[in-house]
Amino acid sequence: MREVAVIGVGLTKVGHLFSESLRSLFSRAVRGALEDAGNPKIEALYVGNMSAGQFNNQENIAALLSDFAGLNGIPATRIEEGCGSGAAAIYNGYKAVASGVHDFVIVGGVEKMMDTTANDATSIISTVTDQEYEAFLGLSLVGINAMVMRLYMNTFGVDREPFAKFSVQMHDNASKNPYAQFPFKTSLDKAMNSNPVADPIHLMDCAPLGDGAAALVLCPKEYAKNFTSKPVEIIGAGHGMDNFIFHTREDFLSLKATRDAAREAYRMAGITPDEVDVVELHDAFSITAFLSIEDLGFVEKGAAGQIVDEGLIALDGTLPVNPSGGLKARGHPIGATGVYQMAEIVLQLRGEAGARQVPGAEIGLTNNISGFGASSYVHILRV
Amino acid sequence: MQVSKFWRELPQRYRLEGKKCVHCGKVCFPPRDICPSCGSDDMIKVNLPKRGKIVTYTVMYTAPANFEIFKPYIIALVQLEDGTHLTTQLTDCRPDNIDIGMDVEAVIRKINEDGRDGIIYYAYKFRPVLKRAEKKLN
Repeated sequence: MREVAVIGVGLTKVGHLFSESLRSLFSRAVRGALEDAGNPKIEALYVGNMSAGQFNNQENIAALLSDFAGLNGIPATRIEEGCGSGAAAIYNGYKAVASGVHDFVIVGGVEKMMDTTANDATSIISTVTDQEYEAFLGLSLVGINAMVMRLYMNTFGVDREPFAKFSVQMHDNASKNPYAQFPFKTSLDKAMNSNPVADPIHLMDCAPLGDGAAALVLCPKEYAKNFTSKPVEIIGAGHGMDNFIFHTREDFLSLKATRDAAREAYRMAGITPDEVDVVELHDAFSITAFLSIEDLGFVEKGAAGQIVDEGLIALDGTLPVNPSGGLKARGHPIGATGVYQMAEIVLQLRGEAGARQVPGAEIGLTNNISGFGASSYVHILRV
Repeated sequence: MQVSKFWRELPQRYRLEGKKCVHCGKVCFPPRDICPSCGSDDMIKVNLPKRGKIVTYTVMYTAPANFEIFKPYIIALVQLEDGTHLTTQLTDCRPDNIDIGMDVEAVIRKINEDGRDGIIYYAYKFRPVLKRAEKKLN
């Protein structure tokens, strides 16, 4: 197997981008990534997208997007794995390069959500849950997260405050990120007193709806030096799965898919969790972030709130989490999120993250999940 | 929705029909053809117990578009008496008088409808066990 490096990054600001379409967003991200990589000849495209069919009434988008991004004629594939579609595209592009099938590929993600109303978008997102035994009964993705948050608070004796503190930290980070949907700070008071969405989850525990696209250029590490002075290598990749329906899981307070993906990625990279300098993880809701921090092996079960309380997840802490602002404040254009995460880690490891730079970061980790952890991807990168 | 999409799930929705693995004893809800524990395809139909306990719950203040008119409503994860779990709406109760660990029992209720002329969807909901019913049983 060949070693694989990221040599180009392109991304759009996340937001309610009413003047941008599905195709214009993606072509902007691709152009950015190609320019950053020094315009290598691309051999294949893998694009993550959750639901262009529902958000934009458009299927068959691999052909559409490759055509409008100036990549017509190369093999292009759309990959759907719910909210994990972005990381799924990366993983497949990574395997294509590692195996020797292709040398230069683009992996990207795009979601154009604001072509629907917020209400419809929420229903569309709920299609990542089981339609017959969850959504049929009125349960949505936030509802599942809320049930877990209540159980977590009850089991570990935690109140809502550490969760709210997490969101405040995400906004702090996003205030330094020009690509963020919410580039401004908020207060603990505002986070604590926002409206309940699905009790105990309040509005400020939730990632927003937004449009966005991101793309990366991957190639064999041996060619990377010809294109960039700072190639970032993918040294570990893992993909885990769990039971699809939440109530059939073995453990309601742990993401088995993430534990499995992380174990594989750490093994492949030959590192332990304490060697990770910076993390981008999947805080669709603040409870999802807490479980992820624990299941990625950074702290014990029930202890995520403690490190948030102590400020250890801040940019200058021992475990900087989501310097981009995370799904909460950078934004969560669903099928693109996994690619935004890796784009951020690449910028961090190159030392190009500006005001939100984690000093001296050399090893970074990304974790993108689908649904409430029905599947999970972990990638580890090193400069 | 096509009638058949709803109709084929009726045994599960009206009488909590699950499947049990003959080989290892694992009970599944919803039913499935292959046992997730041992891989056997020797699965038989079983009716699940109608009582259980609340493991956790949420009060839905925002809802998917077709549930807007019902909010706020309560959804719970329930562990049935045989250990099987399921997701359900709670009914005949208010958010401030339920808690984790509370005993609940299955009832049939309307879940939703397809507009004025479409299908009316019925299925299980759970409610706090009625004290009076308890006395009668004893």
